[in-house]
Amino acid sequence: MRRVVAVVVGTLGGLALLASFHTSATSSLRATAPSTASRPPATAPPPQGSGTGASGAPGSTSAPSTTTTAPGGRRTIDGPSVSTRYGDVQVRAVVQGGRLVDVQALTLPSDRERSARISDFAGPELHDEALQAQSANIDVVSGATYTSEGYAQSLQAALDRAGIHS
Amino acid sequence: MRRAEQIWGTVVSVDVRDARDGADVPGALDAVFAWFKRVDDLFSTWRDDTEVRRIGRGELDVAEASPEVRTVLALCDEVRVETAGAFDITVGARAAEEVDPWPGLAPLDPSGLVKGWAVDRAASMLQDAGARAFSINAGGDVAVRGQPAPGTAWRVGIRHPWEPDKVAAVVAVVDTGVATSGRYERGDHVLDPRTGRPATALTSASVIGPDLALADAYATALVVMGVDGLRWITGVAGYAAMAITDERRVLSTPGFARHRVPAIADDA
Repeated sequence: MRRVVAVVVGTLGGLALLASFHTSATSSLRATAPSTASRPPATAPPPQGSGTGASGAPGSTSAPSTTTTAPGGRRTIDGPSVSTRYGDVQVRAVVQGGRLVDVQALTLPSDRERSARISDFAGPELHDEALQAQSANIDVVSGATYTSEGYAQSLQAALDRAGIHS
Repeated sequence: MRRAEQIWGTVVSVDVRDARDGADVPGALDAVFAWFKRVDDLFSTWRDDTEVRRIGRGELDVAEASPEVRTVLALCDEVRVETAGAFDITVGARAAEEVDPWPGLAPLDPSGLVKGWAVDRAASMLQDAGARAFSINAGGDVAVRGQPAPGTAWRVGIRHPWEPDKVAAVVAVVDTGVATSGRYERGDHVLDPRTGRPATALTSASVIGPDLALADAYATALVVMGVDGLRWITGVAGYAAMAITDERRVLSTPGFARHRVPAIADDA
């Protein structure tokens, strides 16, 4: 049973979170939002034959899963709390007649409390490179708002001069 | 046809590359710069007599303000909610004691969104007048429409923070906005709403997206949110971002990286 739960968490966890993210606009700021990029993502399913849900889910923090059976054969299975790059996630699977009928998020990472526009869970890696000063062939320049004096020294001013005099 | 004029304490440059036959481009440019002047009269925080300053002093009720001001304030509030408070036009009222006030510091300051909003409206005005391909650059916030030459995209440079005549990246884009917020040009004028102190997480943040008002506000929000903000914006449909850190790193979301092109074009 615990292996089944791990599979549910691993493959449906992201989906369940997506479904759970209704417009959850908050007026308060995230007080702290530590970078957790070094943790592995939680999207990979556990290896086949994995003995426990805890060891099967990458980066998981072990918490025993619990199963509750209600009258009518409707069972809820709480998965382990899994550490993801965004924080801890715990998912509840609801099974009826041997079929998965619902997946609910029990714990959501706090910094996922965002708008309904969220389109993915795991989040892609950021491209990271060293800053280089480039001389470029460009049409227009975006930058922090220059003052009128700063404009005179700017690349945009050079572009404007070239265009106006040509 | 190009025109560059001083307005908003900066310079706005318009570069029209193509217009339909018979279009009155000079007349359209006159109308665009008249619009920018009206925006300045309504929104500037550097003058006492604007609607935004009067609202900030409690002399004008928002409900009595012009439709433009009410529209922008409502949009600012949407972005505040969407960014969980990282973008907040009332932060000036809560500036920390150690913050040295600058002349434009005001209890109500939608500057982080209004420039992009005004430029998008100007782009619509130009299109309605028959301009087909043009760029507008309002002090670093850029809108591009059409193709600069048939079959090509606009090459938009992202300015290098510490070398004004160099760029840190180049993106190739059409029909979109590119906004940048940064600390290198006017000092630490972005305040963190959590502390009232200058936001110092990033040197600059640049956002690409279809709505320049939102791109402008998101760029300001990212300077407050820091690297976590880049992860946040990967989930905002249609928007992509790049940030430069004090450690001289360039961080890009996958969507932004897809727009990147080599600095020197093949035909250069």
